[in-house]
Amino acid sequence: MSDFAVLRVEHITKAFGGQPILKGVSLELFPGNLKVLIGPSGGGKSTLLQCINHLIPPDSGQVYLEGERLNPASKQNLRSFRRQVGMIFQDFNLFEHLSALDNVRVALGLVRGFSKAQATERAMAELTRVGLQSRAGHYPAQLSGGQKQRVSVARALAMDPKVMLLDEPTSALDPELIGEVLAVIRDLATLGMPMIMATHQIGFAASLADEFLFMDHGVIVEHGSPADLLAKGSESRTRAFSAKISELTCEMGE
Amino acid sequence: MDIQELHSALESLPYILGGLPATLGLILGALAVGFVLGVPLAVGRVYGGRTTRTLVKLYVWLFRGVPILVQMYLFYFGILAWLSSLPGLSFLHLDSAFLAAILVLGLTSAAYQCQIFKGAIASLPSGQLKAALALGMSPTTAIWRIILPQALRLAIPAWSNEYSILLKDSALAFVIGVMEIMSRTRAVASATHQPLPLSLVAGIIFFALTWIGLKAMRVVEDRVRIKGYTQQGSI
Amino acid sequence: MTEFVDFVLTEVAPALNQGLVASLELILPSAFFGVLIGLTAGALRVYGSPLVRRLTDTYVSLFRGTPLVVQLYFWYFALPYVHVGEFALVLSPFAACVLGFSLCSGAYQSEYVRGGLLSIRKGQLKAAQALGMTAFQAVTRIVLPQAIRRAFPGCGNEIIYLIKYSSLASIITVNELTGIGRGIAKATFKNTETYLVVGLYYLALVTVATLALRWAERRFSIPGFEYQEE
Ligand SMILES: Nc1ncnc2c1ncn2[C@@H]1O[C@H](COP(=O)(O)OP(=O)(O)OP(=O)(O)O)[C@@H](O)[C@H]1O
Ligand SMILES: [Mg+2]
Repeated sequence: MSDFAVLRVEHITKAFGGQPILKGVSLELFPGNLKVLIGPSGGGKSTLLQCINHLIPPDSGQVYLEGERLNPASKQNLRSFRRQVGMIFQDFNLFEHLSALDNVRVALGLVRGFSKAQATERAMAELTRVGLQSRAGHYPAQLSGGQKQRVSVARALAMDPKVMLLDEPTSALDPELIGEVLAVIRDLATLGMPMIMATHQIGFAASLADEFLFMDHGVIVEHGSPADLLAKGSESRTRAFSAKISELTCEMGE
Repeated sequence: MDIQELHSALESLPYILGGLPATLGLILGALAVGFVLGVPLAVGRVYGGRTTRTLVKLYVWLFRGVPILVQMYLFYFGILAWLSSLPGLSFLHLDSAFLAAILVLGLTSAAYQCQIFKGAIASLPSGQLKAALALGMSPTTAIWRIILPQALRLAIPAWSNEYSILLKDSALAFVIGVMEIMSRTRAVASATHQPLPLSLVAGIIFFALTWIGLKAMRVVEDRVRIKGYTQQGSI
Repeated sequence: MTEFVDFVLTEVAPALNQGLVASLELILPSAFFGVLIGLTAGALRVYGSPLVRRLTDTYVSLFRGTPLVVQLYFWYFALPYVHVGEFALVLSPFAACVLGFSLCSGAYQSEYVRGGLLSIRKGQLKAAQALGMTAFQAVTRIVLPQAIRRAFPGCGNEIIYLIKYSSLASIITVNELTGIGRGIAKATFKNTETYLVVGLYYLALVTVATLALRWAERRFSIPGFEYQEE
């Protein structure tokens, strides 16, 4: 079975200043899978996601993409790995000096070697997919938070990623803007894009996720299908945690 | 100061303004040297390893700690004179005061420009670099295409200050005999024994150059502004 | 090498130590008056009447817009030609330097003082007055202590500049570090060696001053109130 994993993460550890933040996290992602990372703040979700593509170099552990081990010592290998792993950040990280179109286009030219015309065509297609073709010429500062996050999805998709990592893609957004981003993510899930997403949108996640991974203190303490973990009468930490969140946000009912 | 004096001061104006190309040459040359060195210094200061960072700090410390005047004497009467006395290097004749002055002003400016660009780079959110790397860009590409275009724009207000600093420092090049505005003014003043009107004339010329330069910088700033981008105006 | 050390120890250092004293005699009063002028001009540029603001702004842009060497030239060579009736003011080289340095430094200092004052939100003043403080009390006890901390790094930098630009005094014949260095260089023809040592003296002065200013800044810092580093 594990031979089919698109992404396999083995025993990642990471410490900051002697403080262990990830204590040996492993997971596997299969074609079409959406796995959702949940858990209390500071549990290590962002650190894990950034360790996977070595934006934060892990202290130990292995990462395999389609069965091939990432060798971070090879810059070539690392870059091509990152190219194939799309990343969505909580705070978007659009390139502030580039228009929406150029944000999507810039890496197509620089990393994938597209000609300008090819890159433009592809970038417009991705912007259209996220419903922003009319905003191509806008600069990040002229876009709403939801639009920025959709551009950043388009930017990642333009690289033809095999996997996407999403770190709380909606938590920097005003409530009324969350829906438009979730819709884009839902489309991706329907199309079968393998994804790992950290989120506090439990209701939304439960409706799409194949598996919940509950992370606390640098370990995955619990995992299982959302239905099982959230079932009435379940003693799971996931259920307790979700109840606490929904108390605060009234979001459970979805 | 009577009408007569004023009149003769005005008569020497064309001669003094003849120093304008030299003054502007000093400023632009030094700005260019400072920029070409300052940008890589700043990148090394922020992204370099421990050794690189220490070397950059050492450079900045040295060139910010020694007065321009002393550097002019040291480079021109000391090092350059010594170099040109070596066999085969006599072409570095003492005529090269102009280039020596550009070098001194430029090396010092590089230390200040390094600080300016370093501040601008550091003020960018760290996510910018991360996002670029996550797309598969190499660190070099990410710095060139994503970090520097933003940092250089942010640095313009502080950087335009460097122009007016260099304008004023360029007036020190007279000590090694560069015939710029200050040294022409001095020559006329001592020949005519009229330091009063002439020092006013020099003051007015420099003041006008400061003003014009700042206006020009503002135009550049508007030109390269990113729409809607209103991050902190100065660093 | 030993020749160089010998030359430095016997011929350069003793004379330069004298020059160092002269430099300090220029720098210290100029720094003091510079800060004083800077504080006054900075406050006037923020709180003065429109006319006062215009005048102080003009002073600042004049002195920031022209090279210090031109200003020194004016104070020393040109001022004696300004006759008021029979009277003309002739300054000694030393006095011309202290005057020139203080006025120029004060203009730059006022920029930071002004920035510091403007950075303190109006609410601070209102809150103080709401507690029953007089306007004067509110400014001196609430606004100024904050503004001065904000202005401190910039003003400190200006003092560093002042140390370096005190070398310009040699141009109007003051025998401070640079002037004495030039004398030695001319007499011995050892330009490189002499000016290297002169440079080191300034480097030492600047470094000591930087450390002292940084210490002072830390000593009076308030958690969370600093400007970001450098
Ligand atoms: N660069 C760093 N240096 C030191 N400690 C860090 C660093 N980055 C993260 N940490 C620490 O690691 C822990 C896990 O952080 P992480 O951001 O991964 O948590 P998280 O699960 O994503 O939380 P949240 O839900 O708030 O985003 C936190 O305690 C954080 O303080
Ligand atoms: Mg996080």
